[in-house]
Amino acid sequence: MGNKVLMKGNEAIAEAAIRSGCRHYLGYPITPQTELAAYMAKRMPKIGGVFLQAESEIAAINMVYGVAATGRRVMTSSSSPGISLKQEGISYIAGSDLPCLIVNVQRGGPGLGGIQPSQSDYFQATKGGGHGDYHLIVVAPSSVQEMAQLTGLAFDLAEKYRMPAMLLADGTVGQMMEPVELPEEKDVEFTEKDWAVTGTKMQRPHHIVNSLYLVPDELERKNFERFERYRRIQETEARYESFLMDDAEICVVAFGIAARVSKNAVLAARAEGLKVGMIRPITLWPFPSQALKEAADRVKGFVSVELSMGQMIDDIKLAISCRKPVELVNRAGGMIMSPDEVLAGIRKMNGGDNQ
Amino acid sequence: MTTGILIAGFGGQGILFAGKFLANMGMLEGRHLSWLPSYGPEMRGGTANCSVVLSDDPIGSPIVNHPDVLVAMNLPSLDKYEDEVVSGGTIFVDSSLIGRKVKRTDVRVIYIPATQLAHENGIATLANMIIVGKMMKECDFLPYDGIEQAVRTVVSAKHADLFDVNMKAIGIGYQYQ
Repeated sequence: MGNKVLMKGNEAIAEAAIRSGCRHYLGYPITPQTELAAYMAKRMPKIGGVFLQAESEIAAINMVYGVAATGRRVMTSSSSPGISLKQEGISYIAGSDLPCLIVNVQRGGPGLGGIQPSQSDYFQATKGGGHGDYHLIVVAPSSVQEMAQLTGLAFDLAEKYRMPAMLLADGTVGQMMEPVELPEEKDVEFTEKDWAVTGTKMQRPHHIVNSLYLVPDELERKNFERFERYRRIQETEARYESFLMDDAEICVVAFGIAARVSKNAVLAARAEGLKVGMIRPITLWPFPSQALKEAADRVKGFVSVELSMGQMIDDIKLAISCRKPVELVNRAGGMIMSPDEVLAGIRKMNGGDNQ
Repeated sequence: MTTGILIAGFGGQGILFAGKFLANMGMLEGRHLSWLPSYGPEMRGGTANCSVVLSDDPIGSPIVNHPDVLVAMNLPSLDKYEDEVVSGGTIFVDSSLIGRKVKRTDVRVIYIPATQLAHENGIATLANMIIVGKMMKECDFLPYDGIEQAVRTVVSAKHADLFDVNMKAIGIGYQYQ
């Protein structure tokens, strides 16, 4: 592995994508992810790749659909309002069982909202987002290092399971700079996929990429097959970081920038003698339900810390079958909670109100 | 040890650049660090601020809510952040742009007429680096060695001609009594 370099989170995603063999970037500018597109615009032409600024987000995602059908690594990126525009295309890509990477550097909503960081696209990212029954693999980086690392992971998982992956970041992690160790360059040699449409050369039967199935039992079978695959993913691919959980009586759950803020609060709470730990989901889908379920046997309660009106908290309650109380600490609209606000939530869960 | 630094002022004063320099100093030292800009719709004349955290341990929040070191390069920034500085912290004030004194009595305050010094020395846009020079002198978390390399990194190859003036600005701040 090479040396550490100082980079913005958005740039780290772009460089990591290139090193993971991505040579096709199709997007449309929007704050706060623009550095990613700008980086691609600069680099792609120099390495024989494609950077294309489409006429709209909708056009960009449909171009992604096209490239994905050829089996090449392809990505797009946007921020919340732009991701909403892409939902139809994402549903088609999921319905056609194609891999690709979609980056959402979230900002406050709904509507045009604002440009400050947010995590309020959690539902949209983890529950499907577009129409029909489907999931995306969703990874949630909380550092610039993870912006790079999880980009590669998202590409690999998307390809392995033939489904779209989303990297769900936020404006803070996108804009901040931290030292990052970039992944090694991956061999970009194209390997023939047994589903990709690359031309038959009159030597093999056609591969067909399609999401239209007018015969109901055929479409049902497709859905059943897809969900069988999802079940395997839920069993094997959930990732999380466990922080000071060994003797914890209170479990903070947070991802992305909220987890960074919460880490300070957990350490402050420990300094006060409170037994607090944190489970930080790294994949939001599959959600690390098993880890939370096991934690529920030991802790007296959970604190969900989110930059939204409370979305992940539903998945926590499902994971633990509502066996323990879950306290919400949240800010919205581009505001970020302070460690003191998280600490107050921890104290409240602990039953004392010595704030 | 963890040091949270907040640099605040108008857009165009080189707030983010000063932060980048400190981040690069941290890089050279092999320390943990984070750099976080405000990225609102601000532009020249608007407000800008930048959080830098330097630490011996992995960094939790990159947002500096309660700075150990505050650099205030205009009055609105001092008004906004003075009360947030930790007790025993340090406030650097550009006294050529801020007419009032710091009210807190539990912090160390360093007044330096950075903007005026910059004008007098023909480097009008580098008040930011004059304050950085003063920080080098006053704060033990930043060693003076390695400055050249950090400046070289942060001005980038494209603007290599700016190396000398940045070094000059840092020198002026470092020597200011």
